[in-house]
Amino acid sequence: MNNFIDYKLIELGQWTVGLFNDYPVVQILVHLLLATLPLTLVFMGAFGFSTWLERKGLARIQNRLGPNRVGIFGLLQPLADGIKMLLKEDIVPDRSDKLFHFLAPVMLMVPAFIAVGFLPLGDGLMALPMDSAILFFFAVGSLNTIAVFMAGWSSRNKYSLLGGMRAVAQMISYEIPLVLSAVAVIMFSGSLNAQEIVASQQIQSWLASGNLVKEFFGQILGWHIFKPWGFAGFIFFFVAALAEANRSPFDLPEADSEIIAGHLTEYSGFKYAIFFMAEYISAFAIAGIATTLFLGGWSGPVIAGLPWFIIKMFSLFAVMIWIRGTLPRLRVDQLMGYAWKFLLPLAILNIFVAGFYYFAEQQFGSLAAFIGGWVIGFGILQTAAKGLSRLNKSPTLDGKRVYQLVE
Amino acid sequence: MSLIAKGILQGMAVTAKNFIQSYYKKERLPTVEYPEEKSTVNQFTRNIPFLVYDGEDEIEGMRCTACKLCEKACPPQCIYIIKDTDENDKPIKRPKVFDIDSSVCMSCQLCVEVCPFESIRMDSEFELSNENRFEGLLINRDELLKSNEYYHEIHPIEAQETDDRIAAKIAEAETKKKAREEKARLAAEAKQAAAAMKAAEEAAAETETSATEQAQQSEAKAEAPEDNPETKNT
Ligand code: SF4
Ligand code: SF4
Repeated sequence: MNNFIDYKLIELGQWTVGLFNDYPVVQILVHLLLATLPLTLVFMGAFGFSTWLERKGLARIQNRLGPNRVGIFGLLQPLADGIKMLLKEDIVPDRSDKLFHFLAPVMLMVPAFIAVGFLPLGDGLMALPMDSAILFFFAVGSLNTIAVFMAGWSSRNKYSLLGGMRAVAQMISYEIPLVLSAVAVIMFSGSLNAQEIVASQQIQSWLASGNLVKEFFGQILGWHIFKPWGFAGFIFFFVAALAEANRSPFDLPEADSEIIAGHLTEYSGFKYAIFFMAEYISAFAIAGIATTLFLGGWSGPVIAGLPWFIIKMFSLFAVMIWIRGTLPRLRVDQLMGYAWKFLLPLAILNIFVAGFYYFAEQQFGSLAAFIGGWVIGFGILQTAAKGLSRLNKSPTLDGKRVYQLVE
Repeated sequence: MSLIAKGILQGMAVTAKNFIQSYYKKERLPTVEYPEEKSTVNQFTRNIPFLVYDGEDEIEGMRCTACKLCEKACPPQCIYIIKDTDENDKPIKRPKVFDIDSSVCMSCQLCVEVCPFESIRMDSEFELSNENRFEGLLINRDELLKSNEYYHEIHPIEAQETDDRIAAKIAEAETKKKAREEKARLAAEAKQAAAAMKAAEEAAAETETSATEQAQQSEAKAEAPEDNPETKNT
């Protein structure tokens, strides 16, 4: 089998746990640590790396060099930043709600790390193996709305409050298309279990055939993104995920040109760093779940398992950076309109398309369903998108704008 | 929708192009990593003034005459000049102290515009950082003095123009001097001739001077103030 890395890691874990067979209490603790500690460390490292990646990527997009002084290629820049953040004074506004001001970053970080625990990093590599992992992921993921609003409210600052209010409006609105576009996948694979969803994206008969070419493509062609509803669903999911993770162009809660830094305005020092870490880790988590749902999770040719998952997750994150370097921020009304008047109806329609596709596959075989699905199903989705955008068009954009001169 | 999607894709293509080309195209990555490389100075760079001297000796060749026009013209008043004196405490045309506070200078080049002796010029030196932020940033006369060759090196076109102007000035002064000498010579000759003539005339006309003419002249003098009463008030 080619996902040997995962098996080796699991074996290593089992061997370590086996060392403590005589001390059951210690064994439980070790088991807990083995599940959580590597994940925490790895994702913290990934956070550092991704800040570097983001700064470098944005710099290159803007024809700059980016950080290149600390370490080779500036790779140690995150470390320097971390030390700097640690050494900074932690300023708490005098009349803020001190308890909630303190709790907000914690509240944001805990669900972010829990959400990471539900990612199927590899074959059997999952910190919190659970049958309803996807459901739980979304449930935990929506907690960060509360944390952001806590930060905004407790700071006693108008910009913070505005940021918090925007965050609540945005996250609640985008949660719905996010979950609805995931529903199509859940329907199709008939399970909430992340591992089974990944397994449903591998063509099992090809994998078992023993033919190398078939094995190679069996790991790729089954991904949901190659199906019409999966492709559309992936786009809806990704857009909603950007909004959920507060990433540009949906970074309204911390729109620095309008409301300073939104809910982060009154935070400094390490709390600020924790906010950032939590946001990046949520972005990772959501990129990871998008990978699981639409991009075949850890399945992939030759080195299936952990490496493929990390490659896909980082690619999605790179696309997020790319989008950040390209698109301007939306206006609040555009943001809300886009979620409710455009994404939501399309996501619901997508569920129907997925349902029809499912039955078509059973009725006419997968090839016919594939071709017909792309022609008919995608056509329906595209027509619907066109119609919706025509319905949503604001009257001023029709034809020329008329300006009235002041007499 | 399709319009927006097209716009987004076009934008992404632009940023991707910038990203990729920044790795191999020089014009997509114009950053100069300063302490390691320096290539930003060309002959049109101007940063802070310096004083030009001609020839070998700094003091002898100094063009500045301590006329203090630049001191007066400098908007933030960062030039400070004291005239030099000779052994007898008589002021001479040369500055003893000429300080420019580089932390105040705003590189406006007004001092250059105003200098009538082509003495103060803009330098392209930009590494002016210093450990001492008080005395260290005050540039004194000896540090300011730089040779004309250096000026030619950093701003060749401008330095050549300046040299031409100075040469023209000198040539003009020469011709003027010559003209003056010529004039003086002619005048002297004329004077000599006139003196000779006068001597001859005087001898002849001395007897003709009449008393009536003198009386008329004094009358005219007495009337003049009444014609113009304002002159009295002023
Ligand atoms: S630099 Fe020029 S303007 Fe200034 S004192 Fe000297 S001669 Fe005068
Ligand atoms: S460049 Fe401007 S500010 Fe600087 S010394 Fe000359 S006149 Fe003063």
